[in-house]
Amino acid sequence: MPIIKIWGGYSKLKKLNSRELAKKANELRLISLEMIDKASGGHIGGSLSAMDIITALYFNILNIDPKNPKKKNRDRFILSAGHKAAGYIPVLAERGFFSKKLLATFNKLDSPFGMHPDMNKIPGCEMSTGSLGHGLAVGLGMALALRMDNYNSRVFVLMGDGEIEEGTVWEAAMGAAHYSTDNLIAIVDYNKCSMDGPINQVLNIEPIEEKWRSFGWEIRRINGHNMDEILTALSNLPKEKGKPTVIIADTIKGKGVPSIEGDYHWHYGLLSDEQLLDARRKLVGGE
Amino acid sequence: MGKSTTSMKDFEDISLRDAFGKALVLMGEKVPELVLLGADSLGSTRGAAFAKRFPQRTFNFGIAEQEMVAAAAGFATCGKIPIVTAYGFLISMRACEQVRTDICYPNLNVKLMATHTGLSMATGGTTHHCTEDIAIMRSFANLTIVAPSDAVETAKAVKSVIYYPGPVYLRMGRGEIPKIYSRDYKFEIGKSILLREGNDITIMAFGIMLIEALKAAEILAKENIQARVINMHTIKPIDKDAIINAASETGAIVTAEEHTIYGGLGEAVAGVTSAFYSVPLIRIGIQDTFCGIGPEDGLRKKLGLTAQNIVKASKKAILMKNKEII
Repeated sequence: MPIIKIWGGYSKLKKLNSRELAKKANELRLISLEMIDKASGGHIGGSLSAMDIITALYFNILNIDPKNPKKKNRDRFILSAGHKAAGYIPVLAERGFFSKKLLATFNKLDSPFGMHPDMNKIPGCEMSTGSLGHGLAVGLGMALALRMDNYNSRVFVLMGDGEIEEGTVWEAAMGAAHYSTDNLIAIVDYNKCSMDGPINQVLNIEPIEEKWRSFGWEIRRINGHNMDEILTALSNLPKEKGKPTVIIADTIKGKGVPSIEGDYHWHYGLLSDEQLLDARRKLVGGE
Repeated sequence: MGKSTTSMKDFEDISLRDAFGKALVLMGEKVPELVLLGADSLGSTRGAAFAKRFPQRTFNFGIAEQEMVAAAAGFATCGKIPIVTAYGFLISMRACEQVRTDICYPNLNVKLMATHTGLSMATGGTTHHCTEDIAIMRSFANLTIVAPSDAVETAKAVKSVIYYPGPVYLRMGRGEIPKIYSRDYKFEIGKSILLREGNDITIMAFGIMLIEALKAAEILAKENIQARVINMHTIKPIDKDAIINAASETGAIVTAEEHTIYGGLGEAVAGVTSAFYSVPLIRIGIQDTFCGIGPEDGLRKKLGLTAQNIVKASKKAILMKNKEII
């Protein structure tokens, strides 16, 4: 059972438009960076690259209700790249699943939050993740179960680009196509970096579109920092009836902090006070 | 557990695997949340009967056990009770991390039905032997481990496991195991079963080794040694009370398992005795070796998984108890 009392704001949230979403995402980037700062380190790069997509999902796309987080016909979101939790937990708080004050406990002893999310401690979190390559298969199980019970729910699974190097991703990709789970949507946060270097040098994942297409998936390729493109891609799903959809989102690791953007070294780290101040100016303006 | 409405008579003259298949169908009728997940082995694991009866509730993932176990977690979060069927070595080793991280850590209601365990696939060789699974599974928090020993017990265990909340690993052999029990007894997860009274030594076993334990007790009885025989069908949580009673009342214990001596029943029992009531304890099992190829009986004999070896160990343990040897 979640150990956090559910706060439950914004049950009937008005959907934000693309401009408002972009603003919200930048505010959340700053909250994430401040949370990481208090914790003396975190997965900055990937949390920032995925932030626009996660914000769009929670403030426009997902059928969810923070006052009733277990309602049966809800959409599901799995953060398969669990290390991006620092870019996910602030979104759940902002969306009203629990108080933002709790974010200060990130990584602290007995906190409900750490580097990777725990579904039994975080209201609104659908799956405990952290070890890469698990989420798509878990999402496939959810998609099959929801379809059996005739729910219209969709299951969104966000993966890192390096994550798709895991073989289990492709087991699940094959399974989803076989079972025609068009209620399953994979999102690849393609920030072109993994921990040891630029991804094409560590292990080339190209040609990424051809791979997914040959596994039987519909492809949408977008700029993962352009809210209009994100909203279009996440709307009107499935792209084709009877087929799962993958959204390949070209993103920038560390997006929003100019001094670290695109630098693979910032998979995990801690900004200097000066960098944090710069980020604040860039993300929300003023001081 | 309520009173069984299943007729156990139906399970008396069939193999353990067939009992499993039959019990699944019966439970499928009663529990609409049950879904069956297979990995291209529904025939050999005996999930096929359920698949035929409930095609809409059956999902074959092909030869992709890791995906299957992770998907089971997804099903469970949506209120289904997934029955995951595969050869034991594939559940416990190929999909090991999925079992631990996707099932046990979130404490999801998934039933891992491991078939062909121990040396069931004797001629299959080491790749198909499943002799380390309990050691691996015992180390995972939240997981319950049950290992029935004959067809009737399998039917009862399947029912108990399905109604038991949380993740369970059910360990089944393949062979045609002779019937050990009559059908009239209560099966309860976590409660061992006393099969034979005795106060000179206790023999604890499960699965196929239970027959050897009973045979050993008969041989010992002829030499006027009265062995208590206990069916430890639940390896985790282990029946602490039964172990402490056995230690205090019989003063020596022999465990027998078709599994490596590392991390199995023997160590589980030793964990209890060393903490609560220390007595001589000898573990019969596979001695840190890969087992080679051969017929099941031949392999067991070679590895010392026999009544004769249990007798030998029992006598030694009694000498240790009496301080005649150390």
